[in-house]
Amino acid sequence: MNRFLDVWRHSVLGRHLLTALIGLAVVVVVLESVGDFRALQLAAMAYLGIAAGGLTVLTGINGQISLGHGALMAFGAYTTALLLDDPTSSMPISLVVLASTAVALLVGTAVGVAAARLHGPYLAGATLALAIAVPGIALYFGSFLGGEQGLRVSLPDVPVWALDLEYLLTGTEMSRSQYVAYLGWITLIVTFVLLANLARGRVGRRWRAVRDDEVSAELAGIQLGRARISAFMVSAAAAGAAGSVLAITARLAAPSGFTIVLSLTLLTAVVLGGLGYLSGALIGAGLLTFLPPFVTRIGGDAGLSDIRAAELAPLVYGLVMVLVILLAPAGLVGTTRMSLAGRRARRQMAAAGAAGATTGSPGTTAPHDSSDEHDPGTPQASGSTTPKGSTR
Amino acid sequence: MKARLLAPVAGLLTATMVLAGCGAGGDRESDSGGEGGGASDVGVTEDTVTVGGHFPLTGVAAPGYSEIPTGAQAYFDYVNAAGGINGRQIEYIVKDDGYNPTNTSQVTNELVLQDEIFAMVGGLGTPTHSAVVDFLNSEGVPDLFVSSGSLQWGDDVESKPYTFGWQPDYEIEGKIIGQYIAENMPKAKVGLFLQDDDFGEDGEKGVRQYLDKQIVGVERYTSGNTDVGPQVAGLQAKGADLVIAFNTPSYTALTQLTSLALGYEPTWFYSNVGSDPQLVGSLLNRFSEGAVEGDNSSLNDVLTTEYIPGVDATDDPWVQLWQEVWDQEGEGGELTNYRIYGMSQAYAFVQALAAAGEDLTRDGLVEAVESFEDVTGPQLAPFRYSADSHMGISGMRVVELQGGKAEELTPVLVSDIGDAPIEEDSSDQASDAPPEGGIPDGS
Repeated sequence: MNRFLDVWRHSVLGRHLLTALIGLAVVVVVLESVGDFRALQLAAMAYLGIAAGGLTVLTGINGQISLGHGALMAFGAYTTALLLDDPTSSMPISLVVLASTAVALLVGTAVGVAAARLHGPYLAGATLALAIAVPGIALYFGSFLGGEQGLRVSLPDVPVWALDLEYLLTGTEMSRSQYVAYLGWITLIVTFVLLANLARGRVGRRWRAVRDDEVSAELAGIQLGRARISAFMVSAAAAGAAGSVLAITARLAAPSGFTIVLSLTLLTAVVLGGLGYLSGALIGAGLLTFLPPFVTRIGGDAGLSDIRAAELAPLVYGLVMVLVILLAPAGLVGTTRMSLAGRRARRQMAAAGAAGATTGSPGTTAPHDSSDEHDPGTPQASGSTTPKGSTR
Repeated sequence: MKARLLAPVAGLLTATMVLAGCGAGGDRESDSGGEGGGASDVGVTEDTVTVGGHFPLTGVAAPGYSEIPTGAQAYFDYVNAAGGINGRQIEYIVKDDGYNPTNTSQVTNELVLQDEIFAMVGGLGTPTHSAVVDFLNSEGVPDLFVSSGSLQWGDDVESKPYTFGWQPDYEIEGKIIGQYIAENMPKAKVGLFLQDDDFGEDGEKGVRQYLDKQIVGVERYTSGNTDVGPQVAGLQAKGADLVIAFNTPSYTALTQLTSLALGYEPTWFYSNVGSDPQLVGSLLNRFSEGAVEGDNSSLNDVLTTEYIPGVDATDDPWVQLWQEVWDQEGEGGELTNYRIYGMSQAYAFVQALAAAGEDLTRDGLVEAVESFEDVTGPQLAPFRYSADSHMGISGMRVVELQGGKAEELTPVLVSDIGDAPIEEDSSDQASDAPPEGGIPDGS
């Protein structure tokens, strides 16, 4: 068992893989205990989470803003829809997700090259244009891309090995919804491990350096453009994977699903959870998936008419957003972590002060350093001291 | 510190193992099968039947359309107050999809998998409903009376055995409009103003069967783009003196305002969808920020079609029934054409429930609708339902709007998709009246 702890303490990759393993176990337990509808809701949370994860890396770690991630998701979704237009298609679903990721990556590279030259509001404007223009492509090439009605996705049958594995593990049949949810969450876990590793390693340090101070970064030998483009590419690839999962979950890729509203929703998820934290992106995605139906249901149960109950959801959504920004400006995860860190620092100061007063020995603070490293979770645990890096 | 870290890991792994233990071998194939047949009465109990629908209750498409489920709800309440159908109360669940197909897919999952509805009733919109039509059919959920005139709900029974259209499809509407103009205005230079999707396409197909030579220009708009200046100017430039428009109510208001601004005064012929005088009047008022005083008379002299009697026909026994239902069970506000639309659909559904009998099953309901011959109802022309066609109402009449009232220009004309001829309706459907008490019985 000590090996575990050693791995946890000393290997970043090991820590991420262990977290992923735990995550996978949680996913299995949860998905085995919920019904079809919840499973599909969780799949929706997964695609929002994947895209928000990509966006939080771009915005939180590299300091670029994108209002066009919904459009990048559209590329992934349409690729998936084009590849899965026939129920008898034999293409493995993992390849479909990868192909969608690759297409979004290509588009992301092109956009990233342009984006690297832009800053702040200009970048926001350019990506906003992307969000507005992309749904128009589907309308313009209506005969190929299905126009307003979009393309239907026909999900191939659940592969036999998945059915067998499910049966071996739980003795139940895997429903289509469960399969979709597994697909979504496994994609999410893989994406998050990759993102966490990138963000924690050399690449991530460059991104952060560019975010924090361009001049210093350039003086340190970092090519600004290359760092920016690479961040955009990675983020776009995540959006592509998310779009693919979305198309599979919703069984459809239609232009009205990828309007500016989706892009803003992703940004909301990132801000709610905390900029730069993958766990924050996940929490934000969860809130956005589960809060509106929950509020509508409460409204309906309280005797409101259907229309009023439906109007309640955007209201509560807005209120939560305002409250989070007022009370937890660094997002739910960000603010929690900062307050924890602050408390720990105060405790250390107090301990040091007390120790200094009684024995005068400065050595007593040493054990606390190692306890710091146990802080599980996101790549920024000890790396970033400024979670609000997006201000640049 | 060690314990704190290890406990959750160990716990989770144990939980996974326990779950794994439950499975334990056995051949998967041999255990399955045998189910599926008995699942056909989901959503039905001794004394309730649960149905649902998706509608835009919020967002751009909400004005007007969000009133449809309030009408249906009122009629279901009216039936429930009289004891329900075959002793079952109808529970009606309405979900908001904001006219976004991705949301439609989510709320339909919720309706089918969580709320376990027996049938979908009146799901609204072509792009939205086409996102879920395959799912509903693969789950075997009856998908009755889709609130859209697209052909796809009824022309392919084999691939969509559970889906039924309701309103006349846009193609026969186009044919009837086309024939009327060809016969009565053979000199008119016709311009088409079309929504750029199935709606406009199906309508154009119908119109062109009769008017191909008279058409001088075609303009299309994308739903969501509120600037129709180029299209209206384009029609003006082509010299069109009669514009046939397949568009939604917002675009009726926009084209009226734009042509006013351009000094363009053709005769307008709006399809039924876009011609509600009440709604267009209020939209005109809003879009022009009060500059145009929109009211019922804003659409005077406009030609359109109708297939169910509207609020203006206060003498019609059906409208009198709807008024009574709305006064008794409505949630406040006026009776509107959209509420009547919802009630008329609800009436047809109640009729199907009654016809399906005591032992309610999903397949039984579908069969009942397929044998909907000569049923009474508010529709002016009979339904076309059969085992081979799930197309809805077979016809409509051409009317001219004056002061918010529809003045008949033709008798009720019926037709079908393809090159079926247009004939005067001989079934006398338009002059029937609701049964005593306003609730259909089983026969």
